[in-house]
Amino acid sequence: MSDITKQSLTELIENIKNKKLSSTDVTKAFIDRSEKSEELNAYITNDFTSALDKAKKFDQKPNLDLKLPGIPMAVKDLFCTKNIKTTAGSKILNNFVPTYESTVTENIWNEGAILLGKLNCDEFAMGSSNETSFFGNVQSPIDKNLVPGGSSGGSASAVAGQLTPVTIGTDTGGSIRQPASFTGTVGLKPTYGSCSRYGIVAFASSLDQAGPMAQNVRDCALLQEVISSYDPKDSTSINFKRNHYSKELTNNIKGKKIGIPKEYRVDGMPKEIEDLWQKGIQYIKDCGAETIDISLPNTSYALPTYYIVAPAEASSNLARYDGVKYGFRAKGENLIDMYEKTRSEGFGAEVQRRIMIGTYVLSSGYYDAYYLKAQKVRKLIKNDFDEAYKKVDAILTPSTPSSAFKIGEKTNDPVSMYLNDIFTVPVNLAGLPGISIPAGHDSKGYPLGLQIIGKAFDEQNILNIAYAMEEKINFKNKITDWWIK
Amino acid sequence: MSKKDSEYLINRKDNQYEVVIGLEVHAQVLSKSKLFSTSATKFGAEPNTQVSLVDAAFPGMLPVINEFCVKQAIKTGIGLSAKINNRSVFDRKNYFYADLPQGYQISQFKDPIVGEGKVILDMPNGQKEVGIERLHLEQDAGKSIHDLDPQNTFVDLNRSGVALMEIVSKPDLRSPDEVNAYIKKLRSIMRYLGTCDGNMQEGSLRADVNVSVRPKGSKEFGTRCEIKNVNSIKFMQMAIEYEANRQVDLIEEGKTIDQETRLFDTKKNETRSMRSKEDAHDYRYFPDPDLLPLEVSEKFIEELKNDIPELPDDKKKRFIEEFKLSSYEANILVSDIDTAKYFEEVVAKMGKNKDIKLAVNWITGELFAVLNSKGLEISQSPVSAKNFAILINLIKNGTISGKIAKTVFELMIDGDKDPQTIVEEKGLKQQSDPKALEALIDKIINDNREKAIEYKQGKEKLFGFFVGQAMKASGGKANPQLINEILKKKL
Repeated sequence: MSDITKQSLTELIENIKNKKLSSTDVTKAFIDRSEKSEELNAYITNDFTSALDKAKKFDQKPNLDLKLPGIPMAVKDLFCTKNIKTTAGSKILNNFVPTYESTVTENIWNEGAILLGKLNCDEFAMGSSNETSFFGNVQSPIDKNLVPGGSSGGSASAVAGQLTPVTIGTDTGGSIRQPASFTGTVGLKPTYGSCSRYGIVAFASSLDQAGPMAQNVRDCALLQEVISSYDPKDSTSINFKRNHYSKELTNNIKGKKIGIPKEYRVDGMPKEIEDLWQKGIQYIKDCGAETIDISLPNTSYALPTYYIVAPAEASSNLARYDGVKYGFRAKGENLIDMYEKTRSEGFGAEVQRRIMIGTYVLSSGYYDAYYLKAQKVRKLIKNDFDEAYKKVDAILTPSTPSSAFKIGEKTNDPVSMYLNDIFTVPVNLAGLPGISIPAGHDSKGYPLGLQIIGKAFDEQNILNIAYAMEEKINFKNKITDWWIK
Repeated sequence: MSKKDSEYLINRKDNQYEVVIGLEVHAQVLSKSKLFSTSATKFGAEPNTQVSLVDAAFPGMLPVINEFCVKQAIKTGIGLSAKINNRSVFDRKNYFYADLPQGYQISQFKDPIVGEGKVILDMPNGQKEVGIERLHLEQDAGKSIHDLDPQNTFVDLNRSGVALMEIVSKPDLRSPDEVNAYIKKLRSIMRYLGTCDGNMQEGSLRADVNVSVRPKGSKEFGTRCEIKNVNSIKFMQMAIEYEANRQVDLIEEGKTIDQETRLFDTKKNETRSMRSKEDAHDYRYFPDPDLLPLEVSEKFIEELKNDIPELPDDKKKRFIEEFKLSSYEANILVSDIDTAKYFEEVVAKMGKNKDIKLAVNWITGELFAVLNSKGLEISQSPVSAKNFAILINLIKNGTISGKIAKTVFELMIDGDKDPQTIVEEKGLKQQSDPKALEALIDKIINDNREKAIEYKQGKEKLFGFFVGQAMKASGGKANPQLINEILKKKL
């Protein structure tokens, strides 16, 4: 049984279609491993019993034309799932059970997949280490007391630890790509507007985007194909022609021009990251593509811009959690007292910090200096990419400025924590697709990722580049199962 | 207070003060569903039965603009002769309240859908133009109910998310009478357009009233106070009167006026401070990232323009030209769309040989009196326009006299009966046969010989006596004109 969980999504689908495996076999295997993996704390809520029922039901009348026939899958607890508790990693939604399903998860179940459970994440997706979750931090399968990254830390841990064949996360400033990079997995943040935001607990509406996380590029392409759809229920969803990303996947990237932005060579970046990047450039060349030095001059403003825009939107998006309609409510003397107590007790420190930053930058007298200025800079950052894409087809950068760090190492230093996102936030600000693929290990044996950034709606291209590089890199994740007794 | 030259001024000792008023009218968009969700908007439904997940701000729910509401706002803008903006932006107005589920109201702050326009008022001393600053779309909040339980407040979210148009006037109004005319004109235009039912009892039309005062002749504005959420014209007028006098008193006492938001207490007939400028909310407006800027093409606007019906000002002009009505009469007929509709139907049904003047007199006289006494709108008139037209024609062609017509009209009210049938059944037809009337008059003169002689000797007022006798003898059915003619001849 144990080798079932080692199979890729593509292999599992093949085996189910060839009747070598039943949905029940596969579901059982992932449930067993998930149950043995409690120490990772990857799940907030499991739905194992009904997952098994669904698997059995599937096997009675298997529809093998579906893209994810009987495949069990756990998802980040930011996606609202009908009749299954959805917490966003927060105490304030500790008892919240939606009566509705997010469009992205709906798309997944419609293709035959089965929900295993809801995966841990930073509270309201605010964090880079999964340490802000009300439900405790998540352990990385890479090493004990190592963070899996965040905010999709539970998702990264679950994929790397083989508790789920693939999963979905959300990425506002790097929350898919950074944990993918930290755990040796593949994570794609699609173009803004590619995946519906309907039913996803909002963090920063103009930046949030759901995306796939997987063991390899092909699995990632297939899941992206399933979750991406035009949705009239999301006014920012874009109606463009979506590819059959997995079917059209090719390792032929000959003649592609890949930009190498000099501004990503930041001060104090470890040499092993620089070396990794150089290795990546060599792989690109080995694949028959060309690298071109480019400039994205406003890159250094991306992080401060992001930490104005995202908290501003968050401060407003999180106003609905007021104890009136649903979720946690503290007792108060009057309405204001109830609000203050509910929100003080219901939100963790990082969420409160961001609500305060966001409230501040939107306040009259500060709006022009912060929020408005940030919006202008955001435009400049997007223009940088537009300029670059006149010369290149995609851009190659490291995913993160370092490998994974220890749990607790950065919790008292929010700025150092925020720096984790330095290579990923520009992509969100510009609304572009970006993918992180594992590309090597650092001296401690921890995974390191490279990021490929594409043109808007050009997911196919960056998936192809990632696919070609993946073949050359031949990365092997070192999972020792340290947490299984 | 003086109303010399119909100018509204507040007098104190040697000083006269002018009152400056601007209104922010909140008009509920006439629409079956809400601004950003598909929930119903029906008035008076059971609490919390018209609430979607979007209206209640559940996690992950997103607003989707209702195109119909956008069209309604643009139409209203066209009706206000206003500039329609091709690009407008929805902003979030952030504040906490129990009946505001999102913690923000989606509104339009910097870039409203409709820009500057104007409204023409017909005042007793002529027309007055009132400038419109802007019109924007926004969501209504829910309702907090404090009086159902001593411990708790209940919240009804039926209204949450209902589309409102906020119509902001320039500070062009100068008296409670002008405010009355302005609200009625806005209401009239929107009812013509079908964009707001204007029902103030149901809260479809309410206003924030900005009031300031300044010495007569001054060009500078005084410090203004905003009286929040007044829901009837009468209360608006009372609030303005109170507030203007309060401000004048402060100035006269050498005190300053604080810019503040005030509430009007309808029971005590006074305004009270709600919050000062310092306590004003910081709404932290910013563009709603869940909604893209709203873009409307010229073509889209043009198509809506073709959809605009004849509006009160144009209708009035036409009535004056086509039907030779006075400005006063035309005003009465056009101010409410249903009255105009009724009148035009009556005109159409009267056919070729019509007496429009007579119809107007009867509508504004008898019909309005009946509606008033029964508390009915003209759209609920117990007499249909068709039967009303027949009645007018019966008077016009001499079948019945005006006096008999009143009797007939009273009989028509019960069940919208055909006046022709009533006249026939009750034998109310006017006697217009000269021979029969001559015989009748001969008999009266015969019976009153002495009076006839007195008349001939110059006692002319006795003529009325003979008319009365003739009418009495005919049971009121004699054609009065013929009676006059015959009497003159015979006496």
